[in-house]
Amino acid sequence: MTPLRISIAATVASILLILVVLELIRSRRLRERYALLWLATGVVLLVLSAWRDALNTIAGWVGAGYPPAVLFAVGILFILLVLLHYSTVISKLADQNVILAQRLALLENRVLEGEHEPGGPFAERPGLPRR
Amino acid sequence: MSELRRIAIVPAYQEEAVIASLVLEIKSFDPSLDIVVVDDGSTDRTAASAAAAGAAVVRLPYNLGIGGAVQTGFKYALERGYDIAFRLDGDGQHDPAELPKLLEPLARDDADVVVGSRFAGGDREYRPPFARRAGIRWFAGLVSLLTRQQLTDTTSGFQAVNARGIRLFAADYPHDYPEVEAAVMVVRHRLRILEVPVRMRERELGASSITTLRSLYYAIKVTLALLVGIFRRRVVPAEDA
Repeated sequence: MTPLRISIAATVASILLILVVLELIRSRRLRERYALLWLATGVVLLVLSAWRDALNTIAGWVGAGYPPAVLFAVGILFILLVLLHYSTVISKLADQNVILAQRLALLENRVLEGEHEPGGPFAERPGLPRR
Repeated sequence: MSELRRIAIVPAYQEEAVIASLVLEIKSFDPSLDIVVVDDGSTDRTAASAAAAGAAVVRLPYNLGIGGAVQTGFKYALERGYDIAFRLDGDGQHDPAELPKLLEPLARDDADVVVGSRFAGGDREYRPPFARRAGIRWFAGLVSLLTRQQLTDTTSGFQAVNARGIRLFAADYPHDYPEVEAAVMVVRHRLRILEVPVRMRERELGASSITTLRSLYYAIKVTLALLVGIFRRRVVPAEDA
């Protein structure tokens, strides 16, 4: 059986997690897209913390002699999911960053070339800082 | 009509097959209407095709998604001082012949944002598949509740926006299924939103970009955004900022 204090502490922690995530969305520091997995984490942990019978049953299924260990396992699983998700997000951002830098460099090249053309649109204006 | 400067914003992703005919159709319907096609990182000839047809083209370096693409169009419209911006989808499902219906409430200054609705008493023939209908109902109910106003077609991207709306959307525009959140946003900024019945066409080519599993994800995401949005600080009208 799960000790009552652990259930209470875990429940409070899950609720705090959910509230923090919601507040981050509200204050626009976290996009909904990246918050969904965190909210799922919070909700699953909340259910397993507050619903002691469920936790005990699952512990029986997986053969965990100490039910709160299931709570740890589920928590770690979700943290892994979030991290994996972030890795894919970072990869995408890195790809986009390359494309952006290339596009910017090509545009800058075009602007600077135009600057040297006597009749060009940038002929008489102060140019971009040269590197 | 008047000397109001008007522009049609057309977000397009991989629409090389239909974009040119849409641009030409808009032009032939109303030659005084400027057109900007926002190419959302297409890898086909969407941008070239739109430019050849005579539209201004803004090419995004990579795919931003519909919200980012449309907002680019509003920023373009703001920078160039347009009074009215129309929004038509690049797949051709929005009929340029319906544009006057969208313009009318703006011209009378009855609204800041006008949405063309397939359901507001107009088109009884449009029968979407069950899952989509459920989604449309869900958001129509939720948005109507949040805006305290009867809105029926909250995912419609067929819209007309005046200068106040352009300024708001250029500053802040949601990401996926942006129209749903935008409707609530508009009302929270104390702008007026109004639906008018319009007919829409079947998509000319290409499947809808939304698959069932993805739409479930979007439905949850947008619902979360709407519900959390209630607790955001009430914003002042963009005009006074």
